[in-house]
Amino acid sequence: MSWETVIGLEIHAQLATRSKIFSGASTEFGAEPNTQACAVDLGLPGVLPVVNAGVVSMAVRFALATDSSVTQRSQFARKNYFYPDLPKGYQISQMALPIVGEGSVTVGLPDGTEKNINITRAHLEEDAGKSIHDLFDGNTAIDLNRAGTPLLEIVSEPDMRSAAEAVAYARYIHALVRYIDICDGNMQEGSFRCDANVSVRPSGQSEFGTRAEVKNLNSFRFLERAILFEVERQIDVLESGQEVVQETRLYDSDKDETRSMRSKEEANDYRYFPDPDLPPLVVEDAFIADVRSAMPELPKVRRARFVEQFQLTPADADAMMSDRDTADYFEAMLDGQKFTPKLAANWISGELSGRLNKENLAIQDSTVQPDRLAMLLARVEDGTISGKIAKQIFDDMWSSDASADDIIDKKGLKQITDTSAIEAMIDEVIAANPSQVAEYQGGKEKLLSFFVGAVMKASKGKANPGQLNQILKDKLQSQ
Amino acid sequence: MYEKTLAEQSRLLASGDCSSSELTAHYLDRIARLDSDLNSLVSVSTEGAAAAAKLADARRSGGENSPLLGVPIVHKDIFCVDGGKTTCGSRMLEEFHAPYSATVVSKLSDAGMVTLGKANMDEFAMGSSNENSYFGGVKNPWQRDCVPGGSSGGSAALVAARLAPVATGTDTGGSIRQPAAFCGLTGIKPTYGRVSRYGMIAFASSLDQAGPLAATAEDCAMVLQAMSGFDERDSTSSANEVPDFTANLNDSIAGLKIGVPEEYFSDGLDAGVATAVRAALSEYEKLGAKLMTVKLPNQNLCIPAYYVVAPAEASSNLSRFDGVRFGYRCESPVDLEDLYTRSRGEGFGAEVKRRIMIGTYALSAGYYDAYYLKAQQVRRLISDDFDKAFSEVDVVAGPTTPTPAFQTGAKTDDPVAMYLNDLYTVSANLCGLPAISMPCGEVNGLPVGLQLTGQHFDEARLLHAAHSYQLATDWHQRMPSGIE
Repeated sequence: MSWETVIGLEIHAQLATRSKIFSGASTEFGAEPNTQACAVDLGLPGVLPVVNAGVVSMAVRFALATDSSVTQRSQFARKNYFYPDLPKGYQISQMALPIVGEGSVTVGLPDGTEKNINITRAHLEEDAGKSIHDLFDGNTAIDLNRAGTPLLEIVSEPDMRSAAEAVAYARYIHALVRYIDICDGNMQEGSFRCDANVSVRPSGQSEFGTRAEVKNLNSFRFLERAILFEVERQIDVLESGQEVVQETRLYDSDKDETRSMRSKEEANDYRYFPDPDLPPLVVEDAFIADVRSAMPELPKVRRARFVEQFQLTPADADAMMSDRDTADYFEAMLDGQKFTPKLAANWISGELSGRLNKENLAIQDSTVQPDRLAMLLARVEDGTISGKIAKQIFDDMWSSDASADDIIDKKGLKQITDTSAIEAMIDEVIAANPSQVAEYQGGKEKLLSFFVGAVMKASKGKANPGQLNQILKDKLQSQ
Repeated sequence: MYEKTLAEQSRLLASGDCSSSELTAHYLDRIARLDSDLNSLVSVSTEGAAAAAKLADARRSGGENSPLLGVPIVHKDIFCVDGGKTTCGSRMLEEFHAPYSATVVSKLSDAGMVTLGKANMDEFAMGSSNENSYFGGVKNPWQRDCVPGGSSGGSAALVAARLAPVATGTDTGGSIRQPAAFCGLTGIKPTYGRVSRYGMIAFASSLDQAGPLAATAEDCAMVLQAMSGFDERDSTSSANEVPDFTANLNDSIAGLKIGVPEEYFSDGLDAGVATAVRAALSEYEKLGAKLMTVKLPNQNLCIPAYYVVAPAEASSNLSRFDGVRFGYRCESPVDLEDLYTRSRGEGFGAEVKRRIMIGTYALSAGYYDAYYLKAQQVRRLISDDFDKAFSEVDVVAGPTTPTPAFQTGAKTDDPVAMYLNDLYTVSANLCGLPAISMPCGEVNGLPVGLQLTGQHFDEARLLHAAHSYQLATDWHQRMPSGIE
């Protein structure tokens, strides 16, 4: 029997606010334990939550970026359960009325096709603290710095049919939330993590199979591995005549397997009810309009414009759209400049990104800013320097504030285009290498590069390569 | 000095005939002499009060002259006060020190009031007799074998015994008004959102409101003035402007339309209480008010709805008391389950545990719709009844409680009989309406309370109506014996 995989994802994106969702405490990662938890985060008696307006505009931004509806009167609800790192004994979340309603995104798949993935909802909630079990022997330590950190939980429809599709969707959402500046996307720090609902069914069957939920996948590789393992496990279960149990499972990356955490019967009754401390969250039309007008151009629109306006190939457009800072750098370079956008794209993908990787820098922190790189490329385009010299100059620019023109002047790197000067250098090389000339003329044409190299060396790399080639060939043949 | 009202003391302070230090020492002495029998305070801040009084006197010498400057007060021990213990009447918080003060406390301190101590109360404000306090019951100064009411029983008893001119209370289902009625005081529960709940330990968040208990409506007006207003730390506090509650107190009430619900004079009502309330309504007629019959057809649903909503919210609000971060923790827990079970089992009293269980049940999967959701729908119906009544009348009047204060221990074995004390008071909380109780008679030497309920944010009218009645009668001037 052949089986079909069905996957839905719940993605927790930590919203990039400076303070927490219901208090003024800082959200910064990595502080000393329990130094970023105020009375509200600690759940001390008598304290009350107040919604951080920043999270509301971020949720609305997400809705607008995914063609989702905005619930103009959404509601916070309490999810009640006891756990030592949950200070109030309940998590403030949203249940019946989430701030973001139905929407959809179009995701590019590895095989080059596209697929529409529907979003069921996205709701605001607070994160819990952290329990650390291996710090003190026999005791559990609790760090409440993370308690109250704002999260947007993005729930998809069960629209994905393979691990590859799930990863493509997760990557799309990951790039999107960073692009619209609502999440830093840092998966190591837990700013972006996924739960996967996985089931299988016989191909052609319309009802879904029983699903298992695999929790807390904090890398795309783990997401893929966990789904692949889970699909295989469920098929084995079904093919051996047993039933899949509805349960929550945990992925163990060391063993590359999923393990049962708790079954449906053991699941908590969360006793959700509207939080009486927080009135309905009202989002006015004017607020949505403000968020809309402050929205950056969305990735899919911008990518299409790059292809149309700058005649980039789809591959180059994708490369320039790898993140918002790269796209901004690319456009900043082209502002008012007269060179082909393709040249800019090549340099960003090649020389610049190589250098950034080596120095472990983000593009927005690049030593060479777009205006300086643009001047360098303008000199390539107008023939002042060759591409090869440009790379040398780029290295110099990296370690100084000098402009490309300054370096060209100071080091005398201007390309030699004077025909007579090039001819003179060629004549010297020919005269100095009679035996190679004879071999060339005897049919060993591969020696041309030897002559090119020798003349280039004589010109200190400044001879115009096109002219050099042409004149050299003419002279060698006419000898 | 203690026989004088807060307003009179305020005038003496203003004229310089009395200093805050003298007044404070006077009350601290009374507390030391009289409270060992009443048990109305759980902590007394002798040094803090003396220092605050000195500061108030200095402020006055510096030219300040606000009406509450230097006036003593006691806070119900549900309000967090930075620098001291806040127990909420519970073993769970026996040693709890809050690192912040409730907004109500800060506002009153800023106004210059001197905090004498913290008042006893039913544990986590759950009770109608103050018999549920971990720190022992409170006696009613009028008859010491009777309860003072609850949950603000300590606040009511201490003001009745004139151990302070005013005390704060909180009211979730009648917890200001019922003890005010039992102890012959005036007490007002403001509109939901009028007073910040920040720093006030939550019982049922959608019902809780703070208010004052004092001898007179004028005293309540002065203190409520300083307590009220928007607080950015409480999302449910209202941005509505706070009017001057004392400005029009002495105006005539001629033309005031008072609605009298037939449903309030039903079988459960004590005959003596009914007589006293009818007499008070006649007094209002003499003052020029117009009595009109109104209908509150869903009155019989108030208690059932309240005793679903309040415990449901409480069951969640009290989850934070788990022995992990603060509050009572059991000895040597063997594992997490044991830590939770014993810390909560030993830290909470019986009534609190009863309500947590009722509330947990009402919110459970499969019961939510039948209980919590249904109760919220009923709440809407009760609210509609009041809206309809208020389309014809200005205020709704009736008894505050079905009976006067009862004997200590009389209802401790019958929770439902105890809950019926709240028969006339819970509707104001369910609907978020302001309501005031004032003394209007006596039955067998025990005070009787008249309740006026008003429209949202209409506290000024309630205070005005109560003050007019007090200008014409002397029930509010009577004091229990044995408090000299």
